[in-house]
Amino acid sequence: MVHFTAEEKAAITSIWNKVDLEKAGGETLGRLLIVYPWTQRFFDKFGNLSSAPAIMGNPRIRAHGKKVLTSLGLAVQNMDNLKEAFAHLSELHCDKLHVDPENFKLLGNVLVIVLSTHFAKEFTPEVQAAWQKLVIGVANALSHKYH
Amino acid sequence: MSLMKNERAIVMSMWDKMASQAEAIGTETLERLFCSYPQTKTYFPHFDLHHGSQQLRAHGSKILAAVGDAVKNIDNLESALTKLSELHAYILRVDPVNFKLLSHCLLVTLAARFPTDFTAEVHEAWDKFMSILSSILTEKYR
Repeated sequence: MVHFTAEEKAAITSIWNKVDLEKAGGETLGRLLIVYPWTQRFFDKFGNLSSAPAIMGNPRIRAHGKKVLTSLGLAVQNMDNLKEAFAHLSELHCDKLHVDPENFKLLGNVLVIVLSTHFAKEFTPEVQAAWQKLVIGVANALSHKYH
Repeated sequence: MSLMKNERAIVMSMWDKMASQAEAIGTETLERLFCSYPQTKTYFPHFDLHHGSQQLRAHGSKILAAVGDAVKNIDNLESALTKLSELHAYILRVDPVNFKLLSHCLLVTLAARFPTDFTAEVHEAWDKFMSILSSILTEKYR
């Protein structure tokens, strides 16, 4: 089980409390689809994904990005028991969405980069390290129920 | 996988913005690497890895200079990187997984230092460029 120190928790929440879920969520999902175009395979029904501007301007992608990032709020609230917190979502991603868990790692790293653009100097190596720990914890929790 | 014309242009134009801060960017990249991925420190038992250490700055500089050379030779990366490829394969033998970690930390550094310039398109082109460099550097491993 992942253990977060008091400093790591503080680093994570200090950033999280200032995150604009829609803006950061839309950007994160948009960048995922642009930087790793094969991830578009899960979004065939989302409308125009034909170019980077199209993806970033796509309202359905923005909305879905917000949904995904809101779920990450679950992680911030449950840092001490990620596996339990994400059990249901893990089953969903396996049984209904059929998402390769590798994608959770890609998304996590894209989120870290988006946070870095938003928070710049505040996103120090130590803050980044706490967030890397969180996103890999979430990725593992989301793949825990796969069968 | 190879860079398309527009990706090449993006990589080169971003490098122009980075060049003057190369040492700082290289150093910060390494600090982020060692902080987020402490296992990478196993390759540097002989280094003083404290913030601001001369060795860290020199090594960060060296790495970014190599990236800069790659940018200057973007049309023939394989031949330009032959020596470095051999160095990594026969002498350094850094496990291939670490190239992804270093690349990621470079991108995080660029994002922090150039928040408006580091658009999705720039992110994509640099992620791809670093992926290609990593491939070439591990090409002779076996």
